[in-house]
Amino acid sequence: MEEIQSSEPPPLFDNIDFNTNDQDYEIFESAVQQPDSKSTTMEDVATEESNDQFIEISVSEPHKIGEGIGSYIAYKVSTNTTIPAFKKKQFSALRRFSDFLGLHDLLVEKYLRRGRIIPPAPEKNLIGSTKVKMSSQTPNEPGSGTGLDWLENRRAALERFLCRTAKHPVLCLDPDFINFLQSDEELPKAVNTAALSGAGVMRLFNKVGETVNKITYKMDENDSWFEDKIIEIENLDTHMQKLHSAIKALVIHRKELSTLTGSVAKSAAVLSTCEEHTGLSRALSQLADVEEKIELLRSEQANSDLYILSETLKDYIGLFGAIKDVFHERVKVFQNWEHAQLQLTKRRENKTRMELAGRNDKVDQCEKEVEEWEAKVQRCQKEFDEISAEIKKETERFEIDRVRDFKATIIKYLEDQMAHQQQVIKYWDAFVPSAKEIN
Amino acid sequence: MLMVIKNNCFASRIDQNSFPNVDTMKWFSNIDLDGFDDSGSTQKDQDTTPTQETSSIPLGDNCLAVDISDALSEKDKVKFTVHTRTSLPGYAKPDFLVVRQHEEFVWLHDRFEENEEYGGYIIPPCPPRPDFDASREKLQRLGEGEGNMTKEEFKKMKQELEAEYLATFKKTVAMHEVFLSRLASHPVFRNDHHLKVFLEYDQDLCARPRKKLDLFGGLVRSFGKTTDEIYLGATIRDVNDFFENELQFLTEYNSHLKEAAGRTERMTKKHKEVADSHIKISSSLMQLSTIEHGSMEKFLAKTAEVFEKIRNLEGRVSSDQDLKLGDTLRYYQRDSHAAKALLVRRLRCLSAYETANRNLEKARVKNKDVHGPLEVQEAEKAQYDACEKFEAMSARGKQELVGFRQRRVAAFKKSLVELAELEVKHAKSQYEFLRQSLLSLQEIA
Repeated sequence: MEEIQSSEPPPLFDNIDFNTNDQDYEIFESAVQQPDSKSTTMEDVATEESNDQFIEISVSEPHKIGEGIGSYIAYKVSTNTTIPAFKKKQFSALRRFSDFLGLHDLLVEKYLRRGRIIPPAPEKNLIGSTKVKMSSQTPNEPGSGTGLDWLENRRAALERFLCRTAKHPVLCLDPDFINFLQSDEELPKAVNTAALSGAGVMRLFNKVGETVNKITYKMDENDSWFEDKIIEIENLDTHMQKLHSAIKALVIHRKELSTLTGSVAKSAAVLSTCEEHTGLSRALSQLADVEEKIELLRSEQANSDLYILSETLKDYIGLFGAIKDVFHERVKVFQNWEHAQLQLTKRRENKTRMELAGRNDKVDQCEKEVEEWEAKVQRCQKEFDEISAEIKKETERFEIDRVRDFKATIIKYLEDQMAHQQQVIKYWDAFVPSAKEIN
Repeated sequence: MLMVIKNNCFASRIDQNSFPNVDTMKWFSNIDLDGFDDSGSTQKDQDTTPTQETSSIPLGDNCLAVDISDALSEKDKVKFTVHTRTSLPGYAKPDFLVVRQHEEFVWLHDRFEENEEYGGYIIPPCPPRPDFDASREKLQRLGEGEGNMTKEEFKKMKQELEAEYLATFKKTVAMHEVFLSRLASHPVFRNDHHLKVFLEYDQDLCARPRKKLDLFGGLVRSFGKTTDEIYLGATIRDVNDFFENELQFLTEYNSHLKEAAGRTERMTKKHKEVADSHIKISSSLMQLSTIEHGSMEKFLAKTAEVFEKIRNLEGRVSSDQDLKLGDTLRYYQRDSHAAKALLVRRLRCLSAYETANRNLEKARVKNKDVHGPLEVQEAEKAQYDACEKFEAMSARGKQELVGFRQRRVAAFKKSLVELAELEVKHAKSQYEFLRQSLLSLQEIA
């Protein structure tokens, strides 16, 4: 081991990415320790059975627990399933936000390395959560205003995160996932999810290291499928982000429109009380009613812009990120393989040198090292092939889901719009006679 | 009376290329005096044929018909071509074309307002000053943000702004025309000397573009008016409940109308922004479709189309709300102000009448020992005149206020009915469009 360290070219980013070396060995170890047969059978089972199995997860009733800075929001996670791996068919558990993040981290730790696309968990929102913590009202009470919006947004995002995870044949059967859904006990507190904890800082460092690695390391791509796919995902990501920001603008405008419509309703009501002509006064008061209903409708429209379109796109932008992570994971495996090959060549050279020098006492040692590295190269190659194959399978599944999901989203959105227009027709139709009655 | 322009042929008269730099535009109008064009929208894709050719209708006796046949916007002034056809005896010709600017309209309005003989009438409110600042500013901002958009998006946004500019322009012209039409159709005002000068004289009237000092003068004047109003309101005890109530009502009503008009304007503007934000969505979807394959490509392209159409439909909703609700509120805000001005004039007249009474009293006390004193006779005469004037003004004013009320109720009724019908119509067409689109999208999916 000493020699490996010294003969190795100095790691490029050892000042930043301080766990590169450990990671290498960790990967080797993990490859050794985990028998492949187990994971494949698991997946086979899952794919076969997924057709007639059913799981439905909902997140509801966000409520505040505790007071002040130590308080948090808990969500009720209810599951309804026919999957035999779960003990019951219907159950629910109380989970807090950091539990979701903890679950995500666990899944990433376990499956990212194998090339699985892990649905991203919603982001932390420090300002929002602090607001909720500091406010004395419980979020369920009406009148807490913007806090409610934010909370509903998060609730929906958490629900989508769990549903996407449950849709995945392997992730769905993960013991931690199952435990998350059905355990009655509180989960061990996930420490490193806190944004400002020591672990959080470490994570940040790692991320920086990885990013630098991503930028500086250019892998020679031999697989044209990956070459195309990487560009395609990159393109999709950029355009989705554009679309997302366009829709976000729509949401903001529509929300403002709702408020402004409300103020018009108020003005019409005031005008109606002032108007001395009874018929016109009555019509103006009706107009105020209509505008008030329209105000609500506009706000519903803004919600459907947000929850149907904008949030779905945001999820996909996150998922593209997860795919990119998986691609990067493959690059890392490739780097390991490359590194192992390099080491092997070195050992072989070493061995030849020893043989030529006639130092037979060292040749045996070298021979052993060569064998060791040959095995490592093989393992790395296998790992690389496996992750490549897995990624292909995963992205294929993702593509199918994405296309289906996207179409369903658009159709649902347009149906919603249609329902809204129907309401508009109803409201104004009812107004026509009262306008005609003015005499 | 509020009106809408029957738009024809004007779209072609805009120089599309020079639009952002030179604000030269011409406009032909054909105004429907009794109210609204049934299609409602100012959308330029609507093809309304002119229902009547004004000049071809033969005139009856004692007729005075005024319209603005053309308007030209240059930099910050608008030149209106005022077209008059008349069979009134005082006019030299039956047909006149003169070019007038906004300031000259203000001048004419002021002449009416300062004429004591018209004190008992509601003077048609002066048209608002042409204001294209908002449109210009938006255009400038669009130019600055050009880098953030695709060519297609930029083109569409520019078109939208051009349409908006055009709509503002048309509205300005319509407002000026309404003012003249109301004067011309008024049994008393139509015979006014200043109106005749305004319509007939082919040179500039005294009105120069207002300088800053004038503006300041105007401010002082309007300030004086308000204090006058408050002073009169506080010192004069109105003997007539009808007028007292009316003044109170109009003051309140006017401020509520102002508020409602402002809010409606903000709402319709925001609605327009909602509509316009579909442009970017549509173009992003289109771009996305180019990198997708198979059914997804078609699906996205179709979705982009749908969003584009929604933009169109929502834009119409916005402009019709502005036209039916916003404009009605705005016009009656000004008209109620004019009605209020009548009441203030009447109060001033009442004050003069009371002064005359007091003067008569004083003269009588002073000359109680004199037989048939001249001073008392004069004061009696003055008192009698003031009384006459006040009585006449009150009688006239009462009629005018009743007329104002009828006019207002009728106009609101018309606008509200049309507003509701248009809202229903637009919602129905959007509903139907969405239904059709969903069918074809489901086919692709």
